[in-house]
Amino acid sequence: MDMNSFSPMMPTSPLSMINQIKFEDEPDVKDLFITVDEPESHVTTIETFITYRIITKTSRGEFDSSEFEVRRRYQDFLWLKGKLEEAHPTLIIPPLPEKFIVKGMVERFNEDFIETRRKALHKFLNRIADHPTLTFNEDFKVFLTAQAWELSSHKKQGPGLLSRMGQTVRAVASSMRGVKSRPEEFMEMNTFIEMFSQKVNLIDKISQRIYKEEREYFDEMKEYGPIYILWSASEDDLVDILKDVSSCIDRCCKATEKRMAGLSEALLPVVHEYVLYSEMLMGVMKRRDQIQAELESRLEALTYKKADTDLLTEEIGKLEDKVECANNALKADWERWKLNMQNDLKSAFTDVAEENIHYYEQVSQTEEYLINLDSDLFLREDLDNNF
Amino acid sequence: MEQAPLDPERQLPPAPLEPLGRSDAGLEATGGEEAEGSRDAGSGVDTMTENNFWLKKIEISVSEAEKRTGRNAMNMQETYTAYLVETRSVEHADGQSVLTDSLWRRYSEFELLRNYLLVYYPHIVVPPLPEKRAEFVWHKLSADNMDPDFVERRRIGLENFLLRIASHPILCRDKIFYLFLTQTNYFFQADSRLKALNATFRVKNPDKRFTELKHYSDELQSVISHLLRVRARVADRLYGVYKVHGNYGRVFSEWSAIEKEMGDGLQSAGHHMDVYASSIDDILEDEEHYADQLKEYLFYAEALRAVCRKHELMQYDLEMAAQDLASKKQQCEELATGTVRTFSLKGMTTKLFGQEAPEQREARIKVLEEQINEGEQQLKSKNLEGREFVKNAWADIERFKEQKNRDLKEALISYAVMQISMCKKGIQVWTNAKECFSKM
Repeated sequence: MDMNSFSPMMPTSPLSMINQIKFEDEPDVKDLFITVDEPESHVTTIETFITYRIITKTSRGEFDSSEFEVRRRYQDFLWLKGKLEEAHPTLIIPPLPEKFIVKGMVERFNEDFIETRRKALHKFLNRIADHPTLTFNEDFKVFLTAQAWELSSHKKQGPGLLSRMGQTVRAVASSMRGVKSRPEEFMEMNTFIEMFSQKVNLIDKISQRIYKEEREYFDEMKEYGPIYILWSASEDDLVDILKDVSSCIDRCCKATEKRMAGLSEALLPVVHEYVLYSEMLMGVMKRRDQIQAELESRLEALTYKKADTDLLTEEIGKLEDKVECANNALKADWERWKLNMQNDLKSAFTDVAEENIHYYEQVSQTEEYLINLDSDLFLREDLDNNF
Repeated sequence: MEQAPLDPERQLPPAPLEPLGRSDAGLEATGGEEAEGSRDAGSGVDTMTENNFWLKKIEISVSEAEKRTGRNAMNMQETYTAYLVETRSVEHADGQSVLTDSLWRRYSEFELLRNYLLVYYPHIVVPPLPEKRAEFVWHKLSADNMDPDFVERRRIGLENFLLRIASHPILCRDKIFYLFLTQTNYFFQADSRLKALNATFRVKNPDKRFTELKHYSDELQSVISHLLRVRARVADRLYGVYKVHGNYGRVFSEWSAIEKEMGDGLQSAGHHMDVYASSIDDILEDEEHYADQLKEYLFYAEALRAVCRKHELMQYDLEMAAQDLASKKQQCEELATGTVRTFSLKGMTTKLFGQEAPEQREARIKVLEEQINEGEQQLKSKNLEGREFVKNAWADIERFKEQKNRDLKEALISYAVMQISMCKKGIQVWTNAKECFSKM
């Protein structure tokens, strides 16, 4: 089953989908197209921030129109992510780009940083759009369509602050207790996630390092070519070949630049996204555990008859459903995620290999051209000890 | 103004011009059965004719290098490398070679040979030695003279040096060169003339061609040094790019352990990344050969400068002699006519303390006339010498130019060939890796 991460499922009831272990083949009918572009700087008396333009084109009935254009800032994305996590605690929500980059003195408003972030935000929204469940989330729809003031008022709705706090406290309390017995498949999942997280972080570091080394190689090469030109100025007979060598080196430089660009577009963002995904996954595992822990605490309470048995039994019933839903949701999403991960990384590395092949082919062509040009000018003479 | 360091009495022996010419006279060499420094060419000294040195084809090689320890001039223990110099003569008919001579030489002995050639063939662009110490190293190579790669490259450089001398129409006939190849017990004493090469002085009418040549050799030295420096940095960076890919190998392998479907693809891709990372060692080793070829011409620039210097020296000497002659002639004239045209101490004292006696004046005139005669002879022969030098030097410089153009073209083309081979390796590895990735 080849699941393209950008092909959404047929619109069926979200609830029914959760009970399936595996998703069926998705038809290639995409009906929600989102682009994120045009970063703009806004200056107020209190702060400076960037907004991004989000254009949505859709044929879905539940949307009032077929095209929407809104402006959102990073905070809004954070809000959306929070809401999705709340609504689907055990689904694998796509990661957001980091708030700040800690290492390296990158300013928030540096051009490269903004561009990288824009691309990541674009990916974020599209991944949600392609997710069979998340794509129908109400907050997602509001995010894509509401005008600024509409969004603000929408944000204020939902469970009040106090009740939200209560939920959090209970969740924290049960998580402190920990899960008694995690089911086998989730144990395996957890182990995988830990290992994967380790490896993908290493690959991220290695890839960044390669980019850095290529950049430094490029910088030195830029200085190398012109020296041959300088030399040709003092040689009468070697002018042509020296100039040719110099232009060879210049072409190598250009090929290196292209290879770097390829790396930076095809590999680095993908690997980095999976670094963030691995953090996300650990959060998902925790939340799943929390839900199970809540059930376990209630069961415990029942055993020790700490509260009203009828009320408890009812609560337990609900919680058991909740745990079953959560586990099923995670299992299904896990398979989907793994498949996407394999495809994404496979295609990223294949692209890198392709870039490298192309690079060496270019350089080789350039050098062959040089040899053909100059070797007929070159005569070999016998330099042995013949008198 | 510094004195021309040449002793005007002793002229340098003219370099042999025609094929079976007399080989070097006036050298200070001792050793073996050789007689005390044969100053006169004609005193029955072994010449090369007796050994048929150039009638047979010979092959010279520096075939081995060995680490040695010994005591140096200050009786301190030192480690050095000795090189085996083998000479073979090749029979015309069947091309088989017979080992005729084989002895061990260290770098300092090669230096002595070269210094000798510099002094006795001042108009020849003498081939350079490989570097004494490793320079222009990029980080992977060590700057250690005992490093096996450096020793190996130096061995090749020393062989190249000997081959260049052997293929030079004039230098190959040199007797000391022959002794270097065949006789173990001999040594030179450094010649004071060597120091002359480093003196500074000013010449009024230098030959324009030599001035241009000196300028050219300065430029050559500067541009090649710069080139070698940047090349070393480029090599460093390239090394970094390749080696970091090796880290993929390790991580892919570890990752493949937890992946069911991707496992195999990852594992084999990782292997290719390791291959890629280790391929840079050979690539850069080959490139060192290119660097060595450039270095040779870097050092040749120095040899060119030496020839220019020699010309300046001779020119200076000539100008000084001419000046001296002119002033003597003037003095003579003044004495004879009694007029003092130029200010001189003698003139002043004469005015102050009265004229000298006529006999004294006569005596002085006579001495001056003798000196003028001698001076004119010397000037004539110096002029001749100078013209000979220029003619011979320029012939060798033309030869050198052709050699340089050939060699550098070859070096540049083989550099391009090296690059292509590197690319082919790269294409191979990444094609394999791509296949593995697509199977993931």
